[in-house]
Amino acid sequence: MLALPLCACSIQHYQSTFSDAAVEVRQFNTLFAIFLIVCAVMYSLVIAFLVGGIVRRRRAGEAYVVETGKHHETNPLMRIGIMVWGATVGMGLIALAIASFFADRSMARAAANEKLSITVTANQWWWDVQYNSADVSKTLRTANEIHLPVGVPVRIILLSNDVIHSFWVPSLAGKQDLIPGRENDISITPTKVGLYRGQCAEYCGTQHANMALVVQVEPYGDFLKWWQDSLKPAMKPTTLLAQAGYQYVTTRECAMCHTIAGTSAGGTVGPDLSHFASARSIAAGTLPMNEANILRWVDDPQSVKPGTKMPKVPLRPAELNAVTAYLETLK
Amino acid sequence: MSRDDPKAVEAENRLLEAERKKLARDGPKLRGAKLEARLEKTWRRPPGFLGWLATVDHKEIGRRYIITALIFLAMGGVLALIMRLQLARPDNNLVGAARYNELFTMHGSTMMFLFAVPVMEGIAIYIIPLMLGTRSTGFPRLNAYSYYMYLFGGLMLWGAFALNIAPDIGWFAYTPLSGPQFSPGKRADIWAQMITFTEVAALAAAVVLVATILKCRAPGMTLARMPLFAWAMLVVAVMIIFAMPSVALCSGMLISDRLVGTQFYNHFEHGDALLWQHLFWFFGHPEVYIIFLPATGFVSVMVETFCRRPVFAYPVVVLALISTGILAFGLWVHHMFATGLPRVGYSFYTAASMTVAIPTGLQIYCWLATMWDGRPRFQVPMLYVVGFIVTFVIGGLSGVIIAAVPLDLELHDTYFIVAHFHYVLIGGAVFPLLGILTYWFPKITGRMMSATFGKIGFWILFVGFQLTFFPMHFAGLLGMPRRVYTYPAGQGLELPNMLSTIGAFAVASAVLLFVINGVVSFFRGAPAPDNPWDASTLEWSVSSPPPVYNFEHIPVVESRTPLWDEKGDLPVATGLRVDDKEMLLTTVVAATPDLREPVAEPSMWPFIASCATGIFFVSSIFSPWAIVFGAIPTALAMAAWFWPSETQRHPEPVIG
Repeated sequence: MLALPLCACSIQHYQSTFSDAAVEVRQFNTLFAIFLIVCAVMYSLVIAFLVGGIVRRRRAGEAYVVETGKHHETNPLMRIGIMVWGATVGMGLIALAIASFFADRSMARAAANEKLSITVTANQWWWDVQYNSADVSKTLRTANEIHLPVGVPVRIILLSNDVIHSFWVPSLAGKQDLIPGRENDISITPTKVGLYRGQCAEYCGTQHANMALVVQVEPYGDFLKWWQDSLKPAMKPTTLLAQAGYQYVTTRECAMCHTIAGTSAGGTVGPDLSHFASARSIAAGTLPMNEANILRWVDDPQSVKPGTKMPKVPLRPAELNAVTAYLETLK
Repeated sequence: MSRDDPKAVEAENRLLEAERKKLARDGPKLRGAKLEARLEKTWRRPPGFLGWLATVDHKEIGRRYIITALIFLAMGGVLALIMRLQLARPDNNLVGAARYNELFTMHGSTMMFLFAVPVMEGIAIYIIPLMLGTRSTGFPRLNAYSYYMYLFGGLMLWGAFALNIAPDIGWFAYTPLSGPQFSPGKRADIWAQMITFTEVAALAAAVVLVATILKCRAPGMTLARMPLFAWAMLVVAVMIIFAMPSVALCSGMLISDRLVGTQFYNHFEHGDALLWQHLFWFFGHPEVYIIFLPATGFVSVMVETFCRRPVFAYPVVVLALISTGILAFGLWVHHMFATGLPRVGYSFYTAASMTVAIPTGLQIYCWLATMWDGRPRFQVPMLYVVGFIVTFVIGGLSGVIIAAVPLDLELHDTYFIVAHFHYVLIGGAVFPLLGILTYWFPKITGRMMSATFGKIGFWILFVGFQLTFFPMHFAGLLGMPRRVYTYPAGQGLELPNMLSTIGAFAVASAVLLFVINGVVSFFRGAPAPDNPWDASTLEWSVSSPPPVYNFEHIPVVESRTPLWDEKGDLPVATGLRVDDKEMLLTTVVAATPDLREPVAEPSMWPFIASCATGIFFVSSIFSPWAIVFGAIPTALAMAAWFWPSETQRHPEPVIG
């Protein structure tokens, strides 16, 4: 049992509350420590009382209370004790409630001075991410990956297209539900550059376990550069094979659901694929991004992620290779 | 014949008097073996299988309830083991996503609706009349109906699982995932109808218990002398009556959305997805206390007996039970802290959730003070009490942690929560349950359970439990959400999950040992005396197992611990009929004799009515017309059940 906290310290914390990567998770950890200390004190009191009661019984030769006939009397010390105990519990709870209240309010205040607004829309089972800007030409749509500038308070607006999901990146902040017909939001101020993983935390159907996202926190300059690059239309294919894939993707089934900026593919049901190959994973964290996995996914999504809304499209081997080659160019 | 005619009235009175003399009543003239034989003849159920179905004996119904619930516990436990095997390693492929979702849905639904609540009700139905000194529960036929409804609901759910149409929407069935758009097919309907079955059963049992506890107590057992277990069950039964309509409403609306196209939960038609969560948790949170409070009653019983001293501060324990029961209805929103409701409201629910720790903390103080002042004897049930305190307090304190909104937002729907509620429900309810089953086993079966195996089983369970659920706190903090069928390697989740899986098998082997001990002891255990633990309450004054009529004479109670205070024979009240089934009703507060109530005869109609209701419920999964056509046989069966008979007797006032 003692090995557990130790192992908790030695592993990579890219999806863990043992983190100091954002203002919100630090507040969580401070408050959590306060609660743990108070609870540990209360627990020790209970155990001490219990052990005391058990040890006292070893006094030799004393009769059971019933045999003395005094079993309906109460010990005056115990009567005082129950009042002290009640007061201790009450005061401990009041202290904890006040601590919780102030932590909650300070988190709410942080939400007021946002510098960046992102809309995340949950779908079964992937995340649609949109960077909002007053300048419409700078509005950016991507999927399953969020880039955040370090030190900048960001407000994430949370929507859902189907069932209830929950947005949770434990290393940065607590969770918030995405509910169809409602608009929620969550504020995050990342303080440390790094890569953080999150996943859906409300049961949302068959592939709830494979609905992950990645948050990349980076310096402000890098973030702006990434945004600029991502606004560019998708790369034109150069090799013959990729061009064949381009033909297929933009004119056949794929285009019904997916958008690729700068091409005729304009479907909005599935994730935007304009910079598909620059993401770290395929299908919301289901597979790592590489050529073999792209091929596996396009060939038969239902065997990789049973239940996913992407159907199996019967492709000939040549077509499959072409599509894979084209998707790989979408950096 | 005119009423004014004094002669006629006199003649009538003489006739009545003669009739009355013909009746056989217990009393100084009729006692001992002769009385036992007559009572036996009056109270025994009709022979044969039909008699078995028709019985209204609370002991028989209680036993069936307990055994059925324990079978469901075993089946739910097997599902848990399969889930633990799947989660033992990251990226495991033992069960797929869809099957895993069915497993946790079935596990949660079975444990909450088919095991935890029914087993508490079953024990109460068996023991409460004995504890209160009466011959039957109130409404014994309703009691039988309740059991059959519960059984049919459980069979339907597990039948669906066997036919591969088990629900896969979680035991909480959040809309819109459970709605017609996202759960086509019949899986969600089966879950919702299982709720209908169990809520009808639970409501019926609750009415039976309230009536029994308030009106059937032995003379002299005022509310202030009532055993604490009866208080706990009274609070629980009232809570069931207030909580169940809420889940009936929301699951009814879900069925209606799915069956006839209403739009209660569809926001496109001005419904609301969150409406479900409010209604469900308004039931769901009290449900937790409906499971936990009977267990506190068990603990009070065992602490008193094994410390040989009445529980310290009886009024404090009673008030703690009542205030927990009331507070339970004021904190459902703490299940919804992540849904984005107004923050001001959240602060109130944080405060209310933390407040529950006060009555619970006071109850724990009272038990510990009893142990301090008495001299605990560490027989098997008492071990479970100590295990309960050590374990449950951890769950209670982690409950205080997640009552704080900023903490809950990280921990909600993670394995930290899974750890928390298993500490509360297994540590807080199953430990006392196994203790009390050991405790009442001799009364129910007439034989003692083996103490050696009991102790070994306890220690395996205790250690196995901590090994299973303590690491889950860390899994949650390390970012593992609930209800995922797999998790990626490299996040630090391998060790806690492997420990949990090993622990789960230890828990299962302890439960298996308990069952084997029970079965072997049932056939070969040492015969139990009337009062093997030297306890203080009335159920120990009758033989083990109790006779079908419970008490030869109705006992009269003069203190909270009658068997400890009466050194000779208990004082008794006499005058109940022995040639017909009759019980004594007393007043609600002071328990002075009030009426002699005829007890319902065994009848097939509760069974037939429950079959008709069952067909009605099951077929309404498939067609709305079933509500019309199913209601008719149900109504006919109920009408036959309640049809006044020619020889119907009425309650009569107590004479003298």
